[in-house]
Amino acid sequence: MTAPLPEVLIEAKGICLAKSGKEILKNADITLRRNEIVTLIGPNGAGKSTLLEIAIGLQKADSGAVRTKKDLSVAYVPQKLAVDPIMPLTVKRLMQLTKKVSQKDATEALQKTKADHLLDEMVSDLSGGEMQRVLLARAISQKADLLVLDEPAQGVDYAGQADFYALIEKVRDEEKCGILLISHDIHIVMSATDHVVCLNGHICCAGKPETVSSDPAYKALFGGNIPNNLAIYNHHHDHEHDLDGTIVAPGESKGHEHGPNCNHSH
Amino acid sequence: MDDFLIRAIIIGLIIALIAGPIGCFVVWRRMAYFGDTMAHTALMGASFGLVLGADPIIGVLFTCFGFAILLFFAQNQRLIANDTLLGILAHGSLAAGIVLVSLIEDIRLDLMGYLFGDILAVDSVDIVTTSLAAMALFAILILIWRNLIAITISETLARAEGLAVNRVRITYMLLIAAVIALSVQVIGMLLITALLIIPAAASRRLSKSPEQMAFFASILGCIAVIAGLSASYQWDLPSGPAIVLSCVILFLTSIPFGQAPRVK
Repeated sequence: MTAPLPEVLIEAKGICLAKSGKEILKNADITLRRNEIVTLIGPNGAGKSTLLEIAIGLQKADSGAVRTKKDLSVAYVPQKLAVDPIMPLTVKRLMQLTKKVSQKDATEALQKTKADHLLDEMVSDLSGGEMQRVLLARAISQKADLLVLDEPAQGVDYAGQADFYALIEKVRDEEKCGILLISHDIHIVMSATDHVVCLNGHICCAGKPETVSSDPAYKALFGGNIPNNLAIYNHHHDHEHDLDGTIVAPGESKGHEHGPNCNHSH
Repeated sequence: MDDFLIRAIIIGLIIALIAGPIGCFVVWRRMAYFGDTMAHTALMGASFGLVLGADPIIGVLFTCFGFAILLFFAQNQRLIANDTLLGILAHGSLAAGIVLVSLIEDIRLDLMGYLFGDILAVDSVDIVTTSLAAMALFAILILIWRNLIAITISETLARAEGLAVNRVRITYMLLIAAVIALSVQVIGMLLITALLIIPAAASRRLSKSPEQMAFFASILGCIAVIAGLSASYQWDLPSGPAIVLSCVILFLTSIPFGQAPRVK
């Protein structure tokens, strides 16, 4: 007997959107359930944030169906928060940014991300890694249905990234929320990801990640010390892209031209 | 002490109190030039008011509102840079205001009073209306406070978490417009931005939260009003410029105090 699937938070199907004649999304799908981690990957300009905005109801699609949990609450972890030093803002005040949160909930959330010692620091003085933990804590303290993390691993080294991913996995287990990660790193994703959606205007492909540790190339890259919460995502396209991104049938892409003396193989 | 001086101090304090928190957002959101543009439209607004037979201040208020709404919708335009647009509006409307004033010969408009303020001409009716208006503005500001701070810090975050970003932003722009319309008579259109931004800038070094900074900005503004008006009375100085100079002196005095924002 299998347990019933957790509640659906977001289900968007066949999303199309064009802006000033330019097709941004074409037939894009995304589904996210509670207790699930979904990673949305794609190059810059692939329409990731547009799909997100449509999925959480901030933008209307030209066509397609979006179904969300009733009164879906979203907590957002931005890529970075550039707080100008002219704005006096402590971490304590930042925790109260969009909603009133009790001091107890705020402290608990900061403890979970090991950032409680930063409570009285000015936000403009935080390092990149500290900022990431504080922003995650702020999002956790909202006790939202869905946590959205935009490029959470950007600007952090692989070790820091691995730590942060371990933290996100813990958050998913403890808070029982859905987690959506947005990343432009299209090869390495978090191994706890239940589902990867690769977007490039349309849904290129979707699937489950494979673990890093099983891949010799990444064993080499990380030496003997493989962070076990990173995973490789192998793209399984049923089509290929030309240099300009046009979709062509397999084998027909002109990814690059070979020079006369080139003898490299594919 | 003379009655006119007491009235001047009261109205100056009311304006300083509301200018403090509103001015903090002008500083945080880098909208000094926006405030300046609003102020530059005042003369045109006052002339419109006179031509239409209304109180000049009503004319100023509606012109400021009109320009605030226009700028709100123009912020995503790609035709020209935003500061160029502000410059065109500011100086275009100032020029239009001066031309209008010269055209309506039968009605006397105190040009200098609008440019530099005439706080000593305030009567008790002005005090009542200004207090009521200031209270209404405070109430609106308190209502949108948390959301306004949130969108000032990160609009993307505020939007993703469901805040009505555009509604908060237009409300705030209208608040600035209203404060400026309210203060033109007192401090003058050329100097009003100073009363918004200088106390706010001076209070930064004394504060550890946005709320503290707003509070200290009000207090410093009040000190500047009292100091400026006293100096004006003592040495027969023009009152608006005396208040602004007091703000500048307070700002310079604040520099050695408190913690400087750490530079990384």
